[in-house]
Amino acid sequence: MSDYILEMKNISKSFTGVKALSDVNFKVERGEIHCLIGENGAGKSTLMKVLSGVYPHGTYEGDIVFEGKVQQFNEINDSVKAGIGIIYQELALFPDLTVYENIFAGNEIRKGPFVDWNETIVQSSKLLQKVKLKVDPETLIKDLGVGKQQLVEIAKSLSKDVKLLILDEPTAALNENDSDNLLELLKELKSQGITCIMISHKLKEVISIADKATILRDGKTIVTLDAHKGELSESVIIKNMVGREIEDVFPKRIEKKIGETVLQLKDWSAYDPELARQVVKHANLEVKKGEIIGIAGLMGSGRTELALSIFGNPKNYRLQGELEVFGKQRTLKHTSDAIKAGIAYVTEDRKGNGLFLIKDIKSNVTAAHLKGISARGVLNLNEEVKVGTDYKNSLRIKANSLEQAVGKLSGGNQQKVSLGKWLFTGPKILILDEPTRGIDVGAKFEIYTIMNQLIKEGLSIIMISSELNEIIGMSDRVYVMAEGAIKGELTIEETTQEAIMELATQ
Amino acid sequence: MGFLAEAKHLIKANIRDYGMYIALLVIILTFTFMTDGLFMSSRNISNLLDSTGYIAVLAVGMTLVIVIRHIDLSVGFLAGFLGAIAAIFLSQMGMSVFLVIPIVLIFGVIIGLFNGFLIAKVGIPAFVATLAGMLFFRGALLNVTEGTGTIIVNNDGFNALGNGFIPSLMEINGLHLLSLLMGLAGILLYIYSEISNRRNKAKYGFEVVSFKIFIVKLVFVSFIIGYITWILAGYNGFSWTVVIMLLVVVIYHFLATKTVLGRNIYAVGSNPEAAHLSGINVTKITLFVFGSMGMLAALSGILFTSRLQSATTTAGTLFELDAIAAAYVGGVSSAGGVGKVTGAIIGAIVMASLSSGMNLLGTGISYQYMIRGGVLALAVIFDVMTRKQRA
Repeated sequence: MSDYILEMKNISKSFTGVKALSDVNFKVERGEIHCLIGENGAGKSTLMKVLSGVYPHGTYEGDIVFEGKVQQFNEINDSVKAGIGIIYQELALFPDLTVYENIFAGNEIRKGPFVDWNETIVQSSKLLQKVKLKVDPETLIKDLGVGKQQLVEIAKSLSKDVKLLILDEPTAALNENDSDNLLELLKELKSQGITCIMISHKLKEVISIADKATILRDGKTIVTLDAHKGELSESVIIKNMVGREIEDVFPKRIEKKIGETVLQLKDWSAYDPELARQVVKHANLEVKKGEIIGIAGLMGSGRTELALSIFGNPKNYRLQGELEVFGKQRTLKHTSDAIKAGIAYVTEDRKGNGLFLIKDIKSNVTAAHLKGISARGVLNLNEEVKVGTDYKNSLRIKANSLEQAVGKLSGGNQQKVSLGKWLFTGPKILILDEPTRGIDVGAKFEIYTIMNQLIKEGLSIIMISSELNEIIGMSDRVYVMAEGAIKGELTIEETTQEAIMELATQ
Repeated sequence: MGFLAEAKHLIKANIRDYGMYIALLVIILTFTFMTDGLFMSSRNISNLLDSTGYIAVLAVGMTLVIVIRHIDLSVGFLAGFLGAIAAIFLSQMGMSVFLVIPIVLIFGVIIGLFNGFLIAKVGIPAFVATLAGMLFFRGALLNVTEGTGTIIVNNDGFNALGNGFIPSLMEINGLHLLSLLMGLAGILLYIYSEISNRRNKAKYGFEVVSFKIFIVKLVFVSFIIGYITWILAGYNGFSWTVVIMLLVVVIYHFLATKTVLGRNIYAVGSNPEAAHLSGINVTKITLFVFGSMGMLAALSGILFTSRLQSATTTAGTLFELDAIAAAYVGGVSSAGGVGKVTGAIIGAIVMASLSSGMNLLGTGISYQYMIRGGVLALAVIFDVMTRKQRA
């Protein structure tokens, strides 16, 4: 009889029509390291948010049984009280506070009404020893590397008597040395009786550490593999991660007339001064007229950064290398230069930096190309309505009227508005960053159909996507990125989900 | 849809836009009733509009500044300082008024651009950068007026801007002819633009409001323009201040609603990052908006100095806050991207009407401040509520 610390039974959760989780079952035994694996969008993070109370009880279906009791977490604090600690990919530390202040933030040790700082420092030192971090507790967080910050996060969880520790891609931002340290520490904690759920994309590290691994795909539990029964191997994991067939979600491939090179990168690097690190490393890439280039890779692999560095460099990276557009070497200093050069970039985060949510459909469509509806700087508002109507019809944007605020549209329709905005600039090279994220299958199909139509009209498309199916279903050639570098180029014949995953998890 | 149902629907759909007009109407009717009609007398309305001028032009600029999610605290004392500079040029250096006005306006633009540079290029928060400007210009104003104290301006042409009226050509039954003609021209222009607008829309096959509603709107707005003209014509006609104010509104309204530049300003306000990624130069837009604010501050200073016929050591005190209040009452939203130039003027008139009405009633100054504060809070509450409703 197994002793389960956590059982999640038949969990289902949907967001405005899109099912993120359906009937997920997930069991974790006491004292084990259990890895949760799946593609981007498979539902891992959603499942963990259900568990930790980010999505409160009642917004999902199914039961969470923790420590033998059915739990109803209404907020994160409830799950923390029950003994669940979660550490997100983006660390939730205060960079300008010290290590000890961070460890006990929100959980201060008090003496009467006052914070007992001396006791806090003493306790912090003990916790730091536990996580094997040799730093002065009075160091500021911002002066620590990411690896050490990660350890502070763990110490913070330990301070709350955590029984179940959840780590969301803890090694994604770490170098090898720090990763190894962290994995060692997890084993150590396991020996002290702390159960651990780890979300990871790095299969080697999963195999080296996991007692069990559960694989999610499309919001469903696929299988739980037990390392002690010899079930855990890289090939088995990959097979289960990507196992589905390419269903009829893609339009038929069209005959393509591939033409001359329209965009080329030679030894292209970008350094982000804000993050103080190299985000694109020596990339070589070529795009031809009339083809769809797929850029695969996991989140944080530098794909968006690559796109931004081409598209007028809005984040002011320090660039090196050559960019050729239509055979001419170019320096694009502003997004407006890139637009003039015939490049368009449909952002990954359409709500955050793609659309003007409070503005209506027509003014969003025309926003990047007001020249098209104006003469000598004066707008022709009727022309704008006409353009808006044209795009609304041709892209089949479903809305009550052109005057509807874009923020009120569904994800698929927002994406179409975003696409319309860029098509109106008359681009030759269209960069699509996660073009179908968070939209339903029907709308996806429509977007793919539009893409094929554009290719027929002689455009070239660079498609960044985390969905392997989409990469395989739509691209003519695929580049795979990891850690800012292009790890490989695959012809469409060579491209399999396994081949991509292998390059992406290097 | 029946006539009433359509009217109801239109009001409900545009409650944000109509809200302050309704508020203004309520305020006017209340005061008119409480003062036995004194409030709506020719003389009072004329005075009220003249005393709104220098705040109203600031409020117009401030609206655009708030639309792009910034603030400008320096405009009050900047107006005071530039007004004093104008007075010095006129009285102490004997320069021609036709030279002084453009020079002072250009000074305003340069100072505004400098503010914009600090904010957009150097990256100082607008609140701090313009707070520094406020202190600086307060000192600068004292510095130039210290030696002489109040600087009297004797230039009749200049003083007419704040006190004079447009020539009447002829009086008809004691009414001011040119003003009447201008009012009439305004009505005709309004009707013409509405009809051509409607025709254009029909040409493109767009939906228009029903004919009945259209006529009611035409008659109603024409009546308002006509009535105000009538009232003003009964006193001295349109003052130069009113003419300048109208000019600023017309130009800025056109800029905000009908030009690429205006559209880009609102785009930057509603999502700066998306604007940047849409090829809009956010830095340039910010510079333009602050440059325009500086120019309007200069204009405000000119109007105020001319109205007092002198530059004082305390000119411009709290103008910036009056302008910000007017902008908010006029429906600008601090979340960015929302706010109309016409709203700013209405906001300024609402605030001025409150002061004027309460003065007529003899309300104590202490209560006046409290009531104006309450109205400002109400306006923002209204904004937040209607925004929630929309979201």
